[in-house]
Amino acid sequence: MGFGPYLTLAFLEGAVAAAVLALMALGLSLVFGVMRIVNVAHGEFFMLGAVLAWWFGSLVTGHPAIGFLIALVGSPLIVGGMAAVADRLVLKRLNYNPEATIVATIGLLYIIQQLALTFYGPDARPVLAPIDFRIRLPWFGYSGYKLVVIGASIAVMSFVWLLLTRTKIGLIMRATQYDSETALAFGIRVDRVYTGVFALGAMLAAVAAVLIVPIRQAHYLMGLDPLLLSFIVVIIGGLGSLRGTVVAAVIIGVSDGVISVFFSPTLAKILATLFVALVLVYRPSGLFGERAR
Amino acid sequence: MTALRIDRAIGLHLAVVAALFALQFILPEYHHVNLARIMVLATFALGYNLLLGYTGLLSLGHAMFFAAGLYGAGLTMQHLGWPLHLAFLMGILSGATLSALVGLLALRTSGVSFMIVTLMFAQAGYLATFLFSDYTRGDEGFVLQQAVRHLDFLGLSLDLTQPTNRYFSALALFSVCLFVSLWLIRAPAGRVLVSIRENEERSQMLGYDPFRYKLLSLVVSGCFAGAAGAAYGILFGYVGATFASIQYSIFPLLWVLLGGAGTLLGPLLGTLLMFYLVDAASSVTSAHLLVVGVTLVLLILWFPKGLLGTLREKAVPWLP
Repeated sequence: MGFGPYLTLAFLEGAVAAAVLALMALGLSLVFGVMRIVNVAHGEFFMLGAVLAWWFGSLVTGHPAIGFLIALVGSPLIVGGMAAVADRLVLKRLNYNPEATIVATIGLLYIIQQLALTFYGPDARPVLAPIDFRIRLPWFGYSGYKLVVIGASIAVMSFVWLLLTRTKIGLIMRATQYDSETALAFGIRVDRVYTGVFALGAMLAAVAAVLIVPIRQAHYLMGLDPLLLSFIVVIIGGLGSLRGTVVAAVIIGVSDGVISVFFSPTLAKILATLFVALVLVYRPSGLFGERAR
Repeated sequence: MTALRIDRAIGLHLAVVAALFALQFILPEYHHVNLARIMVLATFALGYNLLLGYTGLLSLGHAMFFAAGLYGAGLTMQHLGWPLHLAFLMGILSGATLSALVGLLALRTSGVSFMIVTLMFAQAGYLATFLFSDYTRGDEGFVLQQAVRHLDFLGLSLDLTQPTNRYFSALALFSVCLFVSLWLIRAPAGRVLVSIRENEERSQMLGYDPFRYKLLSLVVSGCFAGAAGAAYGILFGYVGATFASIQYSIFPLLWVLLGGAGTLLGPLLGTLLMFYLVDAASSVTSAHLLVVGVTLVLLILWFPKGLLGTLREKAVPWLP
């Protein structure tokens, strides 16, 4: 296999990673943008989504697509519900103080991780892909499901974009983001918006997990790496800027895929992490971010 | 009144150190080892507390300073055959250098950005232990042989694997750091740190340079973490990548919050309680992470000031 096919493969793999990463980072970015808090438990919502996808899959006998479709609806709903409860019980009481919220979500991270370990176990478990065909390229066969992941991710992101820009819910969310006090004065139930946004962010992570789990297995520690990558994406894209988040996810996902094929993945990760730290220090509004208000 | 207050505070800390000294004669072996471990970890927490409790900076990357000390001492002993006291100094130096470097960059940010930047640097440090796994042996780590864990210095010859010597070393480290902290927070520089915690703009307006003082606090904190890391490696003989992971950045935060941020004895109390809480939980269930998580959430919800912080507010206002 020559250099060209290798590069094609790397790009395809990178695109799949970017598709999932974009969904997850979008959730994190949405929560940060509207609520001004950093949700450290976001990776655990992703993990929960994956574990629930395995659970739904194991409940249903017959064609794997049935279980997958149920998981695609059920898993985000359950995760979103849990996020809403966590918001009501914990975050709301902290008045969404940024630093206290980080500590509290670290606590949530450990709680969710332990619950997964206790009820799901330490094993990584596979989930069958809902469709099973391979696209035959001249040099190698490629799993058709991975292309479905890319398509589904684009569909979900379009849906979120429509929700934000074309509906009343989106208008209310944007108003709250712009100025929560004025929104409150205009009769918007800001606390409900916050709960909704927090749940929506968690649901996006869960959708991303359901999509990826037929490719990577479900494991109780799987949340940490995507969490750090989402941080990287959200920071590079500009804190709170959704468009920047998606652009950064594509760039980072694809370049991560390409770099990991050709270089040591550890070195790539170190460089990416340091780069992000420096971006945050020297360009706090991100590379593509709008200037902070 | 002032003189009396100072005496009372110093007396209290002396009493705590004396109690720790006395405890070793009555403790059964299991708790004896535990307490030595707790004192080393409490030193780590003391450093963290200087930053969080007295300067108001919440770092999510302290594991890198602890690991810098651990590897600074461990690698020089293992691969270069350095004697113990030099390796220990190297550990402190590593922690100090790394914290100065990180501080020069990270302290340009504040609040949430500072937390994320330190988290990112620590993650890079964690990954670096895998990148150089030829020397560090990554996750698996390496064991320092009993023969090298022997102090020969100024005519002193101590086998630090021996429980009593180990206990004394841990106690000495903790006491030195405790009194350095006490001295620092009462020195003019420490007062400036607290003023930065309370209102950074105002202390800047009064003519202090917040950046310099925050850097000072971070470097002292890094020194403590480095010393604790080096001591941990030397006294317990194991050096591994786990100590650089995010978990070891969260632990000091948890200990300090539990004991009370901004109280000098809080870190010790927090470490002690959390250690035995996890210990007790692990004998009942394997779910010790749940204990960590639930404690964090409960603390931040109802006791943001921690045990000693609440005590100081309610009953003992002179507690330093």
